[in-house]
Amino acid sequence: MSEAIMPSAEAEQDSSAKAKSAHWQEYKKIVDNGLWQNNQALVALLGLCPLLAVSNNTVNGLGLGLATLAVLMVSNALVSLIRNHVSDEIRIPVFIAIIATAVTIIDLLMNAYFHTLHGILGIFIPLIVTNCAILGRAEAYASKQPLDRALLDGFFMGLGFMLVLVILGALRELIGNGTLFDQAYLMFGEAARSWTIHLGDDYQGVLLAILPPGAFIGLGLLIAFKNMLDAKKAAKRINPLGIQVAVTPMSQPK
Amino acid sequence: MSSNLSLWQVMARSAGKLSVFVGLSVVLLLAVKQLTDSPIADAERTTLLNTFNQVLPPELYDNDPLKDTLQITDPSLLVQLGTLSPVTVYRARKNGQPAGLLLTSIAPNGYSGNITLLVGVLADGRVSGVRVLKHQETPGLGDKIEIHKSPWILEFNGRNLRDDNVPRWAVKKDGGDFDQFTGATITPRAVVQAVKKTLAMINQAGGSLYE
Repeated sequence: MSEAIMPSAEAEQDSSAKAKSAHWQEYKKIVDNGLWQNNQALVALLGLCPLLAVSNNTVNGLGLGLATLAVLMVSNALVSLIRNHVSDEIRIPVFIAIIATAVTIIDLLMNAYFHTLHGILGIFIPLIVTNCAILGRAEAYASKQPLDRALLDGFFMGLGFMLVLVILGALRELIGNGTLFDQAYLMFGEAARSWTIHLGDDYQGVLLAILPPGAFIGLGLLIAFKNMLDAKKAAKRINPLGIQVAVTPMSQPK
Repeated sequence: MSSNLSLWQVMARSAGKLSVFVGLSVVLLLAVKQLTDSPIADAERTTLLNTFNQVLPPELYDNDPLKDTLQITDPSLLVQLGTLSPVTVYRARKNGQPAGLLLTSIAPNGYSGNITLLVGVLADGRVSGVRVLKHQETPGLGDKIEIHKSPWILEFNGRNLRDDNVPRWAVKKDGGDFDQFTGATITPRAVVQAVKKTLAMINQAGGSLYE
């Protein structure tokens, strides 16, 4: 709003600079959508099966989160590249083939280089194929956008999903087990054996947090927490008397 | 679709494009498979050897147990291992003499499903080590059979099964030597039974397992 009051430099800017700032606006929107506004796990509620199943500790969450992030980026990029060459009627089979290929490649690579973690995550790596968040982004975004945006969208949607997995995993591990980063060596090598944080030797752990209901309760609490923050932010725009003030920015002087 | 194309042409074109994409995927996947084949085999080998080293100290043998194997197919022996499908026995030797056996055994009566164990048995019939490979026991209660949750599984080390100590192979609640867990007796009972049966099988088969 303050920009509108200040003498604007925008009038002197040429059209390419305007296009550039529109570009940045779009990038900012992608980041905001991926991490917060349209977070795949907290808002879109997509991909809950792996989210709930492997979030029983931080390292598992991080492992599956990274795998999902990688698949989202690869699939978004490829879908964006071929978007003008695929007709509508075979669009979804082609997307599925791309996603399945990306997942299989990541499955093989994880099996080769993170063998033990791959063993723990088990079926949930191949199941990324059916993570609706991935086909959702391919269909709703990547198939209509240029490569740079699609790639960025894949990264931030994946990051948003991964963060929820890690936070939920950390909460469940902390409450259920009294530890953090247990078994981090599975991902980061032997040096990470000492990373494990213990809450205290006599902490018994709340079993419920580790069991499947703990996943549902934990995710529910995270969603509620996000909604609470959003509601607080929205309340700030309303004055104490409850009278709505204008929140739309004044139009730019031309 | 442009209207001057017939339905057949549209179908052929779509099918062609789809085939190209699937074909490319197959080529890519085969290439990655080729590339990762040997790292995966290496990783599997390393993982197996690491587990072996936990149940049978590597200084006790000088051969490669992964290459010195025997398939148990005799149903009367297999029933002791809790399975009906053939079990591979890995044989460790020192200077060509029997040093120990490594084999998987299944405890079919866990609290929730099968518990898969890896058991190491020295040539003289004593247990060199037991580790749980796979289980679905209750976290926080039955999962104390895992070595990184509790040292309980080490209670097996050095024990053997003779005619005069059979009753000792039970949890304390049942009059045996092994501790049970607070709130979980079924799990340790199942594991003790499975190790006992494994030893019984080895005693029954005798030296034939090294041939």
